[in-house]
Amino acid sequence: MNQAYAVAAVAVVVLATVLIGAYGLRISRTTSDFYVASRSVPPRLNAAAISGEYLSAASFLGVAGLVLAQGVDMLWYPVGYTAGYLVLLVFVAAPLRRSGAYTLPDFAEDRLESKRVRRVASAFVVGVGWLYLLPQLQGAGLTLGVVTGAPRWLGGALVAVVVTAAVAAGGMRSITFVQAFQYWLKLTALLVPAIFLVLAWQGDGAPRTTFDEPATFRERTKVTVEQTLRLNIKDPLGVAVHGRIDGVRHTGDKVALPPGPHRIDAGTVLEFAKGTAVPEATNGAYSSAGSRWSRPLSGSRDDHPLYASYGLIIATFLGTMGLPHVVVRFYTSPNGRAARRTTVVVLGLIGAFYLLPPVYGALGRLYAPELLLTGNTDAAVLVLPGKLFGGVGGDLLGALLAGGAFAAFLSTASGLTLSVAGVLTQDVLPSLGIRHFRLATCLAMAVPTAANAAVSNLPVADAVGLAFAVSASSFCPLLVLGIWWRGLTAAGALSGLLVGGGSALAAVAATISGRPQHGWPHALLAWPAVWSVPLGFLTMVLVSLATRAAIPASTGATMARLHLPEGAAGPVERVQGVGQ
Amino acid sequence: MGRPVRTQSEINEQTTLGAAYVRSLMRSQLRAGLAAFAVLAVVLGSLPVVFSLLPSDLSLWPAGPTLVWAVLGAAAYPFMIVIARWYVRRAERNERDFADLVE
Repeated sequence: MNQAYAVAAVAVVVLATVLIGAYGLRISRTTSDFYVASRSVPPRLNAAAISGEYLSAASFLGVAGLVLAQGVDMLWYPVGYTAGYLVLLVFVAAPLRRSGAYTLPDFAEDRLESKRVRRVASAFVVGVGWLYLLPQLQGAGLTLGVVTGAPRWLGGALVAVVVTAAVAAGGMRSITFVQAFQYWLKLTALLVPAIFLVLAWQGDGAPRTTFDEPATFRERTKVTVEQTLRLNIKDPLGVAVHGRIDGVRHTGDKVALPPGPHRIDAGTVLEFAKGTAVPEATNGAYSSAGSRWSRPLSGSRDDHPLYASYGLIIATFLGTMGLPHVVVRFYTSPNGRAARRTTVVVLGLIGAFYLLPPVYGALGRLYAPELLLTGNTDAAVLVLPGKLFGGVGGDLLGALLAGGAFAAFLSTASGLTLSVAGVLTQDVLPSLGIRHFRLATCLAMAVPTAANAAVSNLPVADAVGLAFAVSASSFCPLLVLGIWWRGLTAAGALSGLLVGGGSALAAVAATISGRPQHGWPHALLAWPAVWSVPLGFLTMVLVSLATRAAIPASTGATMARLHLPEGAAGPVERVQGVGQ
Repeated sequence: MGRPVRTQSEINEQTTLGAAYVRSLMRSQLRAGLAAFAVLAVVLGSLPVVFSLLPSDLSLWPAGPTLVWAVLGAAAYPFMIVIARWYVRRAERNERDFADLVE
């Protein structure tokens, strides 16, 4: 791949972000400027801005990578990301806008009149935000690595620095139309190459055999192993080797590997003949489903695929409403009615976007199967143009994709960083004024940056799935019960957050640290939402019932404010916490 | 807080009548939300089970794989948008009915 175009595209996206951040600093000095001005944002523009911020590395790269590796089952990710907005719409959107809160801790304190609930909610916002930032940085490292050969940490560091600078400078989020533009940029960056790729695929005779067979190399393919690989092959494999396999040096001779485990050292070049089935890495993220790839629920990664599907469905359907950068956007709608209409448009926009990643996943399985060998499947979107087109055309399409991917990291990461930094400033660190917000921004980004260096093998969309599970187990019960049930007490909310969200967080920590690896214990911890969401709801309800005497006195008035339409009952909204 | 329309002051002051109005609005809105959620959960939520019951030898059923891709890759999205539009119409109608009631 010619690197010049891709580097230029990434540079343009990064530079535009920095400049817009600086420009935003000049025209919008306080949060209240932004929020008050944004009251007039019409639903269509606001919806594009929400979608622009929401479509992250997981959507742009991760979904295609998972589809390549594991097939049709992974389409539950984009379906779930979209369904999450539908659940948000029917239970939360309008009342949340009418509450006047613009962060989850604001909502918790306002509804339950408890500083302690506020603090616990803040801790969860920070936790979910960090979990969600991690894959953005990983995706950035991957993208920069693929297009320029730069080391993995560099892309993450680049995004971390740009986002920290832009957010600390203060402007980034203040301009709704920039986030809206990001949506159209990402859609274009994925749509235009997809059209060309599909045309090229048709020109190639529209092959589809690999949908039902193991992925095979369609032509003689050289693969350079960047990190030491462990393969566990099922059938004897003939391959020409330059480098070291199982401790033996080879210089281009043909090697017949018997079935069983093998170790391939970093730097080795493997040359596969046409038609060879792709062996799959076992120390890569996971192995693929092989011959049953196009059949759902056959993923070999999980011993209990049906359970895993439901874990994913529950986490994404119910977790979206608790994502810190999602909630804050609802405040920019002029009223509850507009918040609802905005959400419907968001569903259309992200639904349109999600038609595209599966195309890349399926074509990637055909034309870039060596990604399965290296475990680098998240790169599928980026390498496809180079595989199907030689020359300038392929370079330009690749550059467009790299630029779009960086737009995805930057917009999502800046929204998350701003939310996390805001919560750190307000609720965690002692108050020190505006300098203090900058300190919080650095802290908000420093933790996931450090984690990015430590945890390198988590697939992008999977890491995001864990953030959704924690959000679904903590904020979903808080929001749904807080909005619809008068009986909720501060003690109930507190224990529900801690038990539901805390157990999901513990499961996530166990999964990231890599134990246990098999059987039910692994499935239960890797997909905690199935049990942790009911646990959170149950705890919240039972403890609230036990502390019935402590229902906040303001509950009736708050409920009226959350549910009465603005027009019918006059402006009952309360502007709270705007502008420090 | 707020500019008093006749019934709105009642609602804000937590009179019995005002509280009853809010409760009835909440009930109708919750019903609409639960109905939309139930359709989503039943239709999409049953798909993993349905897919797992597909015949294990897909060559017996050539349309099978394509159908699964079409459902999860494309058809799910317009389906969700239809639910969303239905819900918004219903919720806004509930609010209009409420406004008619208080005026």
